[in-house]
Amino acid sequence: MLAWTIYISFLGAGLLALLPKGNARAARAVALLTAAIGFAIALGGTLQAKSGVLQTIAKVPWIPSLGIEYHLAADGISLTLVLLTGIASITGILFSWNIEHRAKEFFALYLTLIAGVYGVFLSFDLFLLLVFYELAIIPKYFLIAIWGSTRKEYGAMKLALYSFVGSAMVLIGVIAAYAIAGGKTMSLLELARFPFPRDFQMWAFPLVFVGFAILAGLWPFHTWAPTGHVAAPTSASMLLAGVVMKLGAYGCLRVAMTLFPRGLDPWGWALLGLGSWRDVLSVLAVIGIVYGGMVALVQKDFKFVIGYSSVSHMGFVLLGLMTLNSIGLSGAVLQMFSHGIIAGLLFAVVGRMVYDRAHTRDLTALQSWNLSTMIPFAAVTFTIASVASMGLPGFSGFVAELQVLIGAWQAFPTLAVVAGLGILIGVAYSMRALQQAFFRGQGESSAPGVLADGHLPAALEPISVPERIGAVVLIGTSLLIGLYPRLLLDLISQSFGLPLFDGLQKGGVL
Amino acid sequence: MSGVSYLELLKLVVPETILVLTVLVVLAADLLALRELELRFRLLVGAMISCVGCAIAIAWMLALPEHATLFEGMLVVNPLTQLIKVALLVLAIFTILISVDTDFTPHVGEYFALILLAAVGMMFLVSSEDILMVFISLELTSLSLYILTAFNKRDPKSAEAALKYFLFGGMAAAFTLFGLSLLYGLSGATNLGQIAVAIKGPKLDPLLVLAIVMTVMGFGFKVAAVPFHLWAPDAYQGAPAPSAALIASGSKVAGFFIFAKVMMLGFKGAEGSGAWHAYVPGWVPVLAIMAAASMVLGNLVAIIQSSVRRLLAYSAIAHAGYMLLGVLPYGEQSLAALIYYVITYALATLGAFGVVSIVEGRAGDDRLANFAGLSRRAPVLSFCMLIFMLSLAGIPPLAGFFGKFYVFASVLNADPANLGLLWLVVVALAMSAVSLYYYLQVLKQIYVAEPGVDAGVLLTPVLSQVALVLLALAVVVLGCTPNLLLGPLVRAIHAAGL
Repeated sequence: MLAWTIYISFLGAGLLALLPKGNARAARAVALLTAAIGFAIALGGTLQAKSGVLQTIAKVPWIPSLGIEYHLAADGISLTLVLLTGIASITGILFSWNIEHRAKEFFALYLTLIAGVYGVFLSFDLFLLLVFYELAIIPKYFLIAIWGSTRKEYGAMKLALYSFVGSAMVLIGVIAAYAIAGGKTMSLLELARFPFPRDFQMWAFPLVFVGFAILAGLWPFHTWAPTGHVAAPTSASMLLAGVVMKLGAYGCLRVAMTLFPRGLDPWGWALLGLGSWRDVLSVLAVIGIVYGGMVALVQKDFKFVIGYSSVSHMGFVLLGLMTLNSIGLSGAVLQMFSHGIIAGLLFAVVGRMVYDRAHTRDLTALQSWNLSTMIPFAAVTFTIASVASMGLPGFSGFVAELQVLIGAWQAFPTLAVVAGLGILIGVAYSMRALQQAFFRGQGESSAPGVLADGHLPAALEPISVPERIGAVVLIGTSLLIGLYPRLLLDLISQSFGLPLFDGLQKGGVL
Repeated sequence: MSGVSYLELLKLVVPETILVLTVLVVLAADLLALRELELRFRLLVGAMISCVGCAIAIAWMLALPEHATLFEGMLVVNPLTQLIKVALLVLAIFTILISVDTDFTPHVGEYFALILLAAVGMMFLVSSEDILMVFISLELTSLSLYILTAFNKRDPKSAEAALKYFLFGGMAAAFTLFGLSLLYGLSGATNLGQIAVAIKGPKLDPLLVLAIVMTVMGFGFKVAAVPFHLWAPDAYQGAPAPSAALIASGSKVAGFFIFAKVMMLGFKGAEGSGAWHAYVPGWVPVLAIMAAASMVLGNLVAIIQSSVRRLLAYSAIAHAGYMLLGVLPYGEQSLAALIYYVITYALATLGAFGVVSIVEGRAGDDRLANFAGLSRRAPVLSFCMLIFMLSLAGIPPLAGFFGKFYVFASVLNADPANLGLLWLVVVALAMSAVSLYYYLQVLKQIYVAEPGVDAGVLLTPVLSQVALVLLALAVVVLGCTPNLLLGPLVRAIHAAGL
């Protein structure tokens, strides 16, 4: 049944393409309906799922002469991310309710992207996974290049090329693995059982891992993320940060780490204290956490703050993956979910609630607007969102980052301390952005301030109902998972007991 | 040679005969009946006659599959060559269909006759395993294509392109002939299989090396691989769009098939190895270097093009590099990969030229800027172009993606223990990332840029639109279910016993 999340999204995109021109309301309605059905299917599938089982959805031969199958399946990790995609797609549409320019194309591309994302999370055949993975590149490009803002064509092209280079790296590793295993199967489950030579794993693992991690914002390959997020229209940046970055992290876990677990073994020699790819990657992850936070601290553009904070938060995911213990890995997956929700909310406030009304994202310029009195709903939402993003107990971010930190503490204590520092920086940049954007004018005057060019800002359009619904859904989800994390954690942690992860377990980890 | 039944021979070449008859009919009809009528009508009738001829030939081959080898390989008819011929005829039909809505020539009959003759040349080219016959068919194809390139007599660029194409082609033909004559001198045979037996030895004869290089040069020219690619950008730019489309599609399919066959059959035992750090002289390293050079140069130079036709020309050079990758592993799987790749490439590039033809027909030339905002002026046309471009770039679920995947997989599958040619796959994938940039530049103009102020709705002629939609559909369907082509292809290769 879960396969219909993919099909329904494609169908919705096709239907939108056939709609008559210029009817933005119908386009919105179709898109929202499609996303809602997709989410309902995802939720239904999750509720039905027995935890700790790999549930096969479809498995038919596709290209028999190459051993390629159309194989969809889901375990707890897939389900978590499919749910995230469902929520992100609905709220993304709610926050793009004001799209009038070429609306049907916008939503058609949006749904195509969603379909690709669902597809990646459900594919258990590597060829199929790559098909969906690369399928998602093109809609991203157009969403940003057509409907974006600041340097949109640059940001869009950069994102497209980074993604494509990443997938080319993945393709090299995967085709080589396919050839070595005899060229008979592309099934993830079967290739994960194949004992690849250690030398091969030693170069294939970093290649494939980094190929995917480019999209997850691994430092120093993260530079697409801030420019892409900033250039993208609101819902696209919600999707980019919310689910597309997770595609990368998911690929790291699902493909790189299960196929080539021995690539994590020590090299037998050390350079600057780094003795394995695991060390290298975890250090890069921590650099990402700290660096992303530091850069966010000095940004002038509101959206860049959030863009860099995404790099920082995704660093926790990658660090969690590298801990290789069950608590760290589950934390990483939970962080994928949590960051998807929270980053979506942050981008929604910045892009939709603030930028679409004030038409500036410059933090200095926003100071004179006194937004907390003009659009109090946005101020409250952003306060909650940044509190969640800081990792305050009660929100999903707290549970996830705590788990990653505990896992990291067991694996590499020094790095855990530095990553903890990253959380402190997170508090700093969130507070700074919150205060500058919403609350600066408060003490000086209660009336709206005078703009830099001497004009009084016109009254802002009130926060619309779709925006309110979207914000409530996202906050509610984050709170729900924060207060009762077992809802997802059970699903996630039991998945690591599946045969797919045997390779990691045999290596003495987990 | 005794005991050959000429009736048997005639039966085997019925498809070619049908085409030649069609040539005569088209010429006669245009000369005798249509000359005084309106150009559009003449084009339509000429195209219909030609398409019907092609369709009958296809139907004949599908209905009566043959399997025979005549005159020691001068004529080889088996499921594989028939499949390639069907593909060639389909490509010819589409070339003819996109010619209908053009107005570059009043010589309608001659134009269609030449397209069909080129197709006949290609059909003979693919169904021969004899170097003499290969050379003759190569010349028939090339000469027809030279004239097709020069067919726009109003445009000096067309003549210039044809002259360049002809001079380079003549030179390449001379080299090929020299190489083939050396081969004959070495082996005393003209049949590819016998040549392979005769030249087999523990060491490479220096003369054989010369013969390999000369032959490769000739075919390298035909398929526009670096460093024999210099004619391509000018020919693609100057030629009438349908002619350029035929050069890029049909000629490429036939050229690569016979290239692979000559290398695999004729130089069997002289392969050598192009593996990193394990180089052994032979034809494989020569082709490996050509492949790498084509991919790098084609893709990098394409970035700076502002003319869409030149962009497609450099993309064709780059794709020649990917296709050469499919020749390298010389096995059943790699041949299947090569053929799948070259056919799907031909469909996509033919479609792209069709779109270019329509756009430049309205805008005057093929500058990238003329495509600005096309998606608002002609949505269907734009969507077709989107599919063609993304397939060329290798984006799933289009045919170009599976083609690339299959070629790369077959290259690595040929040597799973050492992955000797991995370096080429790495180059290929790195360069395909580069290629996405320039394909997106075209799509950016079409979908992102705003249309010019004076640009109204671009009405697409019905027939061209149908042809382009069918091509786009074929690219999508072959990408989603590659087995439709791959299944028959693998069976045919197996039956042909290559």
